[in-house]
Amino acid sequence: MNTLNTGIAKLVKSALKGCLALLLAGQSLYLANAQVPYDRILNAADEPQNWLTYNGGYMSQRYSLLDQINQDNVGDLELKWVLQNQVFGAWQSNPIVVDGIMYVTERPNSVMAVDAITGRVFWKYVHTPDERARVCCGANNRGVAVLDDRVFMGTLDARLIALDRINGEVLWDAEVGDVALANSVTMAPLAVKDKVLVGIGGGEFGIRGYVAAYYADTGEQAWKTYTIPGPGEPGHDSWQDDDWMHGGAPVWITGSFDAEQNQVYWGVGNPGPDWNNEQRPGDNLYSDSVIALDVDTGELEWYFQFTPNDPYDYDAVQVPVLADLNWNGMPKKVMMWANRNGYFYVLDRTSGECLVAKPYVRVNWSSGLDENCRPIITPQPDGMPTYPGNQGGTNWYPPSFSPRTGLFYFSAWEDYATIYRSEEQEYTPGRAFLGGGFSVLAPAPDAPTIGIGRTNPVNNWTDEVGHASLKAMDPNTGEEVWEFEQYDVSDSGMLTTVTDLLITGGREGYFHVLDAKSGELLYHKNLGGQIVMAPVTYMVDGVQYVSIISGNSLFTFALKG
Amino acid sequence: MSKQIRGLRRSRIRLFSVIVTLTALPCLSQAQEIGDHQYTSEAIQAGLRVYSRECALCHGPQGDLVSGINLARGEFRSAQSDDDLRSVITEGRAQGQMPAFDLRESELSGVIAYIRAGLDPDGIAIRIGDAVRGLALFQGKGECASCHRVNGVGPRTAPDLSAIGVERSPANLQLNLVDPAAAILPINRPVRIVTRNEETIIGRRLNEDTYTVQLIDSNERLRSLIKADLVTYEISEAPSKGPTNLTPAEVADVIAYLLTLDGES
Repeated sequence: MNTLNTGIAKLVKSALKGCLALLLAGQSLYLANAQVPYDRILNAADEPQNWLTYNGGYMSQRYSLLDQINQDNVGDLELKWVLQNQVFGAWQSNPIVVDGIMYVTERPNSVMAVDAITGRVFWKYVHTPDERARVCCGANNRGVAVLDDRVFMGTLDARLIALDRINGEVLWDAEVGDVALANSVTMAPLAVKDKVLVGIGGGEFGIRGYVAAYYADTGEQAWKTYTIPGPGEPGHDSWQDDDWMHGGAPVWITGSFDAEQNQVYWGVGNPGPDWNNEQRPGDNLYSDSVIALDVDTGELEWYFQFTPNDPYDYDAVQVPVLADLNWNGMPKKVMMWANRNGYFYVLDRTSGECLVAKPYVRVNWSSGLDENCRPIITPQPDGMPTYPGNQGGTNWYPPSFSPRTGLFYFSAWEDYATIYRSEEQEYTPGRAFLGGGFSVLAPAPDAPTIGIGRTNPVNNWTDEVGHASLKAMDPNTGEEVWEFEQYDVSDSGMLTTVTDLLITGGREGYFHVLDAKSGELLYHKNLGGQIVMAPVTYMVDGVQYVSIISGNSLFTFALKG
Repeated sequence: MSKQIRGLRRSRIRLFSVIVTLTALPCLSQAQEIGDHQYTSEAIQAGLRVYSRECALCHGPQGDLVSGINLARGEFRSAQSDDDLRSVITEGRAQGQMPAFDLRESELSGVIAYIRAGLDPDGIAIRIGDAVRGLALFQGKGECASCHRVNGVGPRTAPDLSAIGVERSPANLQLNLVDPAAAILPINRPVRIVTRNEETIIGRRLNEDTYTVQLIDSNERLRSLIKADLVTYEISEAPSKGPTNLTPAEVADVIAYLLTLDGES
């Protein structure tokens, strides 16, 4: 028996060796020629085996045509590999996958090129941010962009770095913003045509936000558009005195692109100081807005403001999810947006016109919207709770839209409220500019509440402080079609597939797969750490993989076999 | 099934929000509504005037200028109870470095109230009695020790109180005693579960997530249950014990005792 077993083992071993050699040879040949020109990103839907942008394509639908994993076999998913992060803290990075190579960032500013089949690392580039770097909410980085043979990363000290995708060597390193003024880049850049676009963060530090474009080959700045209009520009009169100079309006989540319109769309964050809106009278344009920019020039083509003169930190930093829908029998180019302020909007993305808007969670800061979808405000008395709370009805985590189901999916926080306190604050360059503070409404005095991220494996705050509801929305009506509730809140993004799978996670560390049509739970697995980014899917050598980050580990699954 | 359970809980939460809004928040900001258990806001305000006139010169406006003493934080050289403070103020201490003050009763209780409010004129000042008497009440008439564990002694079914003196404020301890339904932390609400095997489990949750719940049952067993396997899962709004029937003076004594529990004994 033993001899026979040994013989078989030898045979298998040598066969495997041969396969491996062939595989390696094939892969290195392919690598030498592989490039990611703009056309490949533009037509990313044609190559679902790759995940070429932060949101899987310029429309930001996070919808994949890969069909190997389906409703019948999803129970056969098994763990293929794990990549352990060496740095603790919320891992919000979204991997990019190009021809079998995954590019993923680590806190604060490292990039790794990883074999997407085994999880082993080819190279790691480490950027150490300037010690003056300041961010409000953790040393986050949400990923890279790829274009041609370059990998691009924004940094906490407000730089944009281009790396050689083969060896991680720095090709150029451009200053995007002034680190001394607490400018930062936490988003994954967006590469379009010959440029790399990036926004600046620092909404809690009195910055003046902007989006800037850099030529991908040289790092030279092509254009820069402020999110707060300067003197003489339209919208400047929505600010008084010099409030506009330090009025916030950061851009810290990757935008979307419509090639036909030649427009890029960006969500803009909160005005500053965050909680004292009496200190900055006016609508405070373009804070809490979506802006449409000409991708070649950066010129503003339209805007839509969700929350004028915001005192609640309701950043509009959600991903603009684009789709072409049948709208009352006519084709319509829309943009779907579940906003931090508790309303779900559908806009006409050619004009910014608001088509539908309805609350998706309890909202009491506003009693409704007028015919232009401008909120009718109902500020709560001092000491009373405001719904949704400070982290919003939803936040930055990427939603998904499935053209098959026609539904829009995102993580919402329900039964969650905040009591705000405002105070006058003078602006000091590079320092926090908050104008007050807040506390999360607790179900009992001194009871523990929800914070930004989860570090405690014991949930001692309970769902009475707030809990997650994964919502499936019908964009034609603005109504919820179904929901999937979780006990804790969730900062997880979404992924849908052509096989009607909806793949996501949550702070509890569960990896969930649902039926995208009905919301029925098909599969769940405890991965043990908070899931604060969306899963991605890709295919290498005929095998479909799903990767999801939980805690300090990136888990990759595929079907058994 | 799980939807139904969640639905039940949702309705309870709405009710509870009303309780929090109408009862707890206003009570905490208007001291006089708690009755005999705490000093009135008028007393605190009066105490501010007395403190500014008589005490601030040596103790300072923050109450921290005399070494070893921080009045705002309730750190004294020897005094613990309000009666201790009363005698320090009326008799003097430290060979006359702390002189004896001849104050009217209203001035005396006012300045104690102001100290107990953390030198915050808008704060809450809870009456704090005698810790030795409080221990006797905790173990005896108050029936606290029949459920709560302290420093390794007592049952584990209710939360351990060994460090409660540093975890909770006097105001929070007082609310727990006189109105436990308004003070109980949600995780500590009693649960009643019936499994598919028709086992009934009474206990207290330790942790919970979307699919599972972990608890300690009435036999001090650690249980982890899958919600999909449960026939009944009820979370009680009411704590297992109602408001205390101790007198206000006895409550002040129990609070004094609880404040000595610092987790280091």
